[in-house]
Amino acid sequence: MNFIRNNLDKIKKPFEKGGKLEKFYPAFDAFETFLFVPNHTTIKGSHIRDAVDLKRTMVTVIIALIPALIYGIYNTGYQYFIQSGLDFTFLDAFLHGSYKILPMIAVSYAVGLAIEFGFAVYRGHQVNEGYLVTGLLIPMIMPVDMPLWMLAISVIFAVLIGKEAFGGTGMNILNPALTARAFAFFAYPTYMSGDKVWVSEASNIDGISGETILGSLAGGQNIDYSSVQMFWGSIPGSIAETSTLFVLIGAVMLLYTGVASWRIMLGSLVGATLVGFLFNLWGANELMSFEWYNHLIVGGFAFGIVFMATDPVSAAQTQRGKWIYGLLIGALCILIRVFNPAYPEGMMLAILFMNVFAPLVDHYVVGANITRRLKRAKV
Amino acid sequence: MSKDISIKNGANLALTGVASKEIKIAKDSSTVAIYPDDFLSLIPRMIVRVGDRLKLGDPIFYDKNDEKIVIVSPASGIIKSIDRGEKRKILKVVIDVDGDEKVRHEINQSLTKEKILSLLLASGSWPYIRQRPYNIIARTDKMPKAIFVSTHSTAPYDVDYDFLIKERLNDFQKGINVMSKIIGKPITLTSSTNKESIFSNINNVDIININGKHPSGNVSFQINKINPINMGEVIWVINPEDIANIGSFFNTGNFNPTRTVGVSGSSVKNPKYYKSQIGGKISSILSESDISNYKGNRYINGDPLTGNKVDFDGYIGYYNNIFSVIEEGNQYRMFGWLPFKDNHIPSFSRTSFSWLFPKNKKVNTNLNGEERALVVTGEMEKFFPIDIYPMQLLKACMIEDIEKMELLGIYEIIPEDFGLIDYSNTSKIEAQEIIKDAIQLMLKEVG
Repeated sequence: MNFIRNNLDKIKKPFEKGGKLEKFYPAFDAFETFLFVPNHTTIKGSHIRDAVDLKRTMVTVIIALIPALIYGIYNTGYQYFIQSGLDFTFLDAFLHGSYKILPMIAVSYAVGLAIEFGFAVYRGHQVNEGYLVTGLLIPMIMPVDMPLWMLAISVIFAVLIGKEAFGGTGMNILNPALTARAFAFFAYPTYMSGDKVWVSEASNIDGISGETILGSLAGGQNIDYSSVQMFWGSIPGSIAETSTLFVLIGAVMLLYTGVASWRIMLGSLVGATLVGFLFNLWGANELMSFEWYNHLIVGGFAFGIVFMATDPVSAAQTQRGKWIYGLLIGALCILIRVFNPAYPEGMMLAILFMNVFAPLVDHYVVGANITRRLKRAKV
Repeated sequence: MSKDISIKNGANLALTGVASKEIKIAKDSSTVAIYPDDFLSLIPRMIVRVGDRLKLGDPIFYDKNDEKIVIVSPASGIIKSIDRGEKRKILKVVIDVDGDEKVRHEINQSLTKEKILSLLLASGSWPYIRQRPYNIIARTDKMPKAIFVSTHSTAPYDVDYDFLIKERLNDFQKGINVMSKIIGKPITLTSSTNKESIFSNINNVDIININGKHPSGNVSFQINKINPINMGEVIWVINPEDIANIGSFFNTGNFNPTRTVGVSGSSVKNPKYYKSQIGGKISSILSESDISNYKGNRYINGDPLTGNKVDFDGYIGYYNNIFSVIEEGNQYRMFGWLPFKDNHIPSFSRTSFSWLFPKNKKVNTNLNGEERALVVTGEMEKFFPIDIYPMQLLKACMIEDIEKMELLGIYEIIPEDFGLIDYSNTSKIEAQEIIKDAIQLMLKEVG
């Protein structure tokens, strides 16, 4: 450790104030602080500080994403081999998935971090950790056959317009990962929906029918997947969204560490259950009579409420606001699924919609606090 | 008569090296000093010059904002230096202690409210009274609706006021009697529940027992639960030891600058209480041999969450009953950002297993990360036990939106109430500094 530290101190020289590469200090700092928590001591305010920092928080989210990611990689291969009718082993499926997905992750990180570093150097601030999570989320919510250049353009849009335009991490209004997905969804619809994108190589091989469950329902077709399959995740869909089970493992980690808000998750669950149940009673078409509990385990619902809706920057910030925000996301998701078959996946739109309205929710929650306090003054 | 209330939310930070209950009389201080920065927003106008001879109780400077408020000398001697910083701002006034002369005031038996107020001002005991909002020395033109004295202490290394006051109960009672005459009703005295308290026999007080973790010892939160401040109202807050000092003045006619400090911290070899005085030299209570590695420590007037940094050759602050000595944390930690690593650092976050080791913890001054934009939400509320949105208030303060600050509760809080938020927040936001600047802005714009 001392060896690394000493070398790092040597390399650091030209990046320091007055050095030749002073301008690039933020870039160097990002690598240095990745290796070592800095030796900065407190200057103002409290003299002692908690061990938690934003890096630790973000890394916790990444760890929570890993089970869903690994299953997503496996499922990519599994869907490919099952649909093409080939014999395969677990390893074959895993390797095929890795071959497809690792390049996507690499592109997402390379493009996104390049922009982040560029902005950090340009603006002279430290590189924020936010993109470490966003950069992993983006490929995880895309269809597997998306061309890498499209992924790169979606990332550029999300980071530039979704985040940096507002001032960087902590200032964005929309969830950056969903911004990337929404961009791809509207810019390249043929690559983002239909029955040829959800299974690897589906467009090249005849006979593969890789429609998602929600897509089939919207098309009025029957579903031949059981609830157990939907829960386990051996179904076509965006890369890492399919397995409710592995998403739940991540959820447990996020809830235990307190990194994600249980209010938002529970709120969404309650909202979706209520609306789903009401539609079941109504039952006018296939989507309406699709059991409410199945709504919770197909599509991006679970992944969305655990990893997307709980993004603290774009969610409501007050505790009461989080309940309202969560409830409405759950309810809207089912509403969109049922009433707008052109967008069978309602989760993305529901979350983005509520991202926009989160400040309004907070405004009224804080406003109620102000009224309460003013009332006290008059008594 | 006593009442019980609970203050929920918060957490105790159990640190190692708490002062044991043993009082040592400090050595006589060869020099004493006053830091004008101990008084928020006070602008000192010097009355004396270097070389002037002073008795204990002679005025040194007055406040430009309220000229009746004078700060008096805590010892008899000769002004040694007036240290100035940038823009000639006065950093400290140092006095060479010499002789034992005291200014004596005549105290009549029949004290009226007006007489008490003028004696408090003339004697220099007035700065013991601080007002809410803002925690500044009480303005002389506005009488309070209540006076609060809190003996419920929860901050890390906080002193036990029962222990500190038990030899001075007479002075304490006198101080209470005098101050309650000003408002014409009993003083609000808070104490901890489940504790035999020496204060239960004090007269002229409404005792309120408080149950809660830190920051329930902060008077802001107690006031909010007991007698909340609304726009335009004023409450006075006095430290228990200063009540005794005021009482002592009315018993003897001499200004009493006694300051007992609990010296605590992981670097102190035998942490205990020292009876010293306001502005006493730190070296009069601690020698280098009392501290392990005395150069590698931070010395703090106050507790580690809210105190002021001071050099080892500095002086005891005006209001602090706590003096903390903790290690400087200027070391690197490899991959220290990994969750569940370095569990020896106390953490309120579940991304650490530090809760498994609830024993008293050793802390240092490392920032443990870097400052970031506010990302995580809902964590500040855990350490803010009243109906105020701390993050929204901080944001209003950052953009200097005075109207919003008022509506969100700037009148009810002071910087120290954000001590735990400073400590625990993920983005390492300097909340106390933001509130301090905001209060100064309020004083300038609203008054």
